[in-house]
Parts: sequence; C-alpha cells; structure tokens
Amino acid sequence: MTVENHNSDDVLVKVRGLGFSRGSRLIFDGVDLDIRRGKVTAIMGPSGTGKTTLLKLIGGQLRPDQGSIEVDGQNVHKLRRSALFELRKRMGMLFQSGALLTDINVFDNVAFPVREHTKLPEELVRDLVLMKLQAVGLRGARDLMPSELSGGMARRVALARAIVLDPMMIMYDEPFTGQDPISKGVLVELIHKLNDALGLTSVVVSHDVSETAAIADYIYVLSGGKVVGQGTPEELARSDSEWVQQFMNAQPDGPVPFHYPAQDYVEDLMDGGEG
Amino acid sequence: MSWLRKLGRSGLSFFERLGRGHLFFMSILCGLPSLLPRGYLLVQQLFSVGVLSFLIILVAGLFVGMVLGLQGYNTLVDFGAEESLGVMVALSLVRELGPVVTALLFAGRAGSALTAEIGLMKATEQLSGMEMMAVDPIKRVIVPRFVAGMLAMPLLAAIFSAVGVMGGFLVGVGLLGVDDGAFWSQIQSRVDFNDDILNGVIKSMVFGVVVTWIALFEGYDAVPTSEGVSRATTRTVVHASLVVLGLDFVLTALMFD
Repeated sequence: MTVENHNSDDVLVKVRGLGFSRGSRLIFDGVDLDIRRGKVTAIMGPSGTGKTTLLKLIGGQLRPDQGSIEVDGQNVHKLRRSALFELRKRMGMLFQSGALLTDINVFDNVAFPVREHTKLPEELVRDLVLMKLQAVGLRGARDLMPSELSGGMARRVALARAIVLDPMMIMYDEPFTGQDPISKGVLVELIHKLNDALGLTSVVVSHDVSETAAIADYIYVLSGGKVVGQGTPEELARSDSEWVQQFMNAQPDGPVPFHYPAQDYVEDLMDGGEG
Repeated sequence: MSWLRKLGRSGLSFFERLGRGHLFFMSILCGLPSLLPRGYLLVQQLFSVGVLSFLIILVAGLFVGMVLGLQGYNTLVDFGAEESLGVMVALSLVRELGPVVTALLFAGRAGSALTAEIGLMKATEQLSGMEMMAVDPIKRVIVPRFVAGMLAMPLLAAIFSAVGVMGGFLVGVGLLGVDDGAFWSQIQSRVDFNDDILNGVIKSMVFGVVVTWIALFEGYDAVPTSEGVSRATTRTVVHASLVVLGLDFVLTALMFD
C-alpha cells in the first residue's frame, strides 16, 4: 500500500486502500481519500455507490475488509470500544432521517448528548441547548415533538444536536434529499456558516450536484467502488472524464447507460414469449 | 440434493441466530450496572411494561379464576369434595396458570410492543444515531426495558393469581354455595409458602426474563423495514409463547416431583 506524504496535521480523515463488500457485492475497491481540516469536503456519486456506508466506516460502525481509516491520527478500527466512543464524542453525524428520538421533545433531543456525557447543571444545559437551537433557527420549536416537525426542521434539530458538544467534524448523510427548495437553501447556508463559524470540518455525502458544488471546497466522485474524479468544483466542471461530465451535468445517457443490461431489443420483441 | 443443502443452510442460520441471541443476552448482563445511575429510565419502563399490562392481567385473572371455580365445582361435587374447591383453584393458579397465562399475555401485550418499539427505533436509525453520539444503545435502551420486564412479570403473575382466587371465590361461594370458611381455611392450610408460592414466583421470574429477552432481541435483530418489524413482532409472540410452555414443563418437573 502506498501512503502519500501529506502534511498530516492538515488532514483530519485519511482513508487508504479501503476495501469493503456486502455479501458478494463489492462496494469499495481501493479507495483513497483525504479530508482536510476546516474544509467542506463532498463525496458524490450515484445512489447505491456506498456513500452512506463510507460514513459508517469512518464512524467505526462498520469494519473495512481492507485498508485503513485514520481520524485525527487514530486508526478507527484498531481502537478499543471506550476509545472509539471518546472519538465519536468529537464527531457529529447527521443522518438522512434525522434519527431524532421520537419519545422526547426537541429540547430534550438536543440536550440528550449533553446530559449523557457531562454533569453540567440544568441551567447551563438549557443555555447551551437554546444557543444551538438559535443557531439553526428553531429556538421557538423547542417544545414540539419530532412527529410535529417537517423533514427540513427535523434535520435542523438533528444538526443542533450534532453540534451541541462542539465536535471537530460533522458528517452529513444526504442532507438535501427530499427537501423543498427553501429548506435546501437553509441547509446549504447552515452547513457553510457552521463550518466557518465553529471551525468545523465537514463531510457532505450527497448526489445533489448544484447544492453541493455551491459549498464544497473539494469533491470526490465515487462510482463502482472507486474514486473516478476529484478536485475543486471548478476543476470537476472542467474535467475531461466523460463519466464525471455525465454526473455533474445530469445527462441521462453516457458512460452510465440509460438501459439496464438486456438482450437486443428487436430480438427480444421477435421472440414473442416463445421461451 | 437441494433439499439437503436447504436444510443445512437453515440449520446454520438457526444456530447463528441462537448465538447472536446469547451474545445479546451477555451484553445485557454486562450492561446491568449502568442502570444504577439512571433509575428514572427504569421507572418509565416499569410503567409502560408493567402498569399498562395491568388491566388485561386483571380481567384475564378474574375470568380464569371464575372458570376454574365452575369446572372444579362440577367435578368435585360428584365426590362430595366441593369444600376443596378453594385449594384446587389456589394451587392451579399459584403453581401453573398464574405464571404461564400471565407470561402468555405478557408476551402478547408487552413483548410485542417492545419488539415493535425497538425495531422501529432501528429502522429510523435512532439506535445508530445513539451509537454515533457515543451512547451505547444496549445500556440506554435495552437494559432498562429488560430489568423492567424481569421485575414486572412476577408482580403481574401474583396479581393474576390473587384476582383468580377471588374469581373462584365469587363463583364457588357466591354462586354455587360452597362453604365460606372451608374455602379459605383449606387454602390456608394446604398452600405452602416455599413449595407453592415461592416456586410460582421463581417460575414467573424465569418467564419474565425469557419473554423480555426474546422480545428485545427480535426487535434489535429485526430487518429495519416495516415488513421486517412486523415479522419480528409476530416471531416474538410465537417464540416467546412456545418457549414459556416448554420451559414450564421443565420447571414443573424440577420443582414438583
């Protein structure tokens, strides 16, 4: 395995030679990624390329078959459980569904990690929670139950919860999927602002090209278990890879064919169901 | 040969699941001390597992006791032994029907609810989310429910038996004219605390552990889709009921020889 020589202080997450398969399906086949501190790094690719799986691998919820993942200099999959939990306290993750606890209200959801991990007095917990809810614009929604929130609001509450312990990085799993244009705009703005204001490192997994290109400092494009393109949004827009062009410009046909593999169309029709 | 291969595969997956179930049980046991500083979680779960099952236990206990009184009287009166109705009702309930029927109802009422709740928490990524917040879902979610089930079952079984005896009394003494004093004094003299009541409590505790364990494991191991959760809920009720009936035979054979 060749390990490139990066300035290690600059790189927060270092993925080398990552291999992972589910059953007989190969999901990653030798993926190398660097996620730099203080930047918004996007990981893009069509549905089913294992983008969410990558986040779960970085968070230590899944184990890779090959290769290594280092977060802040620690190999995630060689840590003991207690050390892994310590590391996770410094990593926030925003799930696609929000993953809010449905039996407690918005305030208690945001307070949950604080109460679990610290012994702060309740007044301080209240201040902290209200500050984070203010940051996502939902201070007024503190008494609502998760079932009363719209999808976009649920994601913002989950975002407040993810930043409540002031982590060093946040991983966003498909933050824009299924959102109306206003919610999308709000989330784009929030991810960008929070990253700069809190000095975070953000990893955004998405297939929404325009939203992601608007905030990402660097983009990796995954397909078929490999990195097929990488660079700043401008570099990718000028990429001469046909595949990257098809993806970034949302063309229906190209290296990724419109048709699912099948026998010849005319032959298929002429067969007339004899087989 | 394909059926042989199928048989082998289903055998393997059965034992694999059995192994996962036992590892799950071990991790619950290891997580038990974590409940001490979070007593409020136990209180919440005792309410939803125990208190909410109270009504069905009450009604079922009353009717089972009444039926026992009726059927017991019809048989005993042929031998002129209807005074023994009280002890017959009490022993049937305390030794067998109390723990077993309570466990079956508990599996249907509380067990299915537990499986559905945990399964849905898994399907909506709440368990995953907790893990990513460095909170162990076994300690935070599973252990309080397990302990609540373990504590609630013997209490519910005791209530079932007590209400059942009252049901037998209502029918036997109130309706069929069995002697009041004979009914109670025979119970008092022939029901032994260690042999009958304590063994019944031990039985119901074992059933509580097993039913809650199965319910929690099915939820935790469910395929995280709506179909998966519904299958898991059905499996909880079926497996828990069968295991309770099987275990009851074993425990009875060991206790009352």
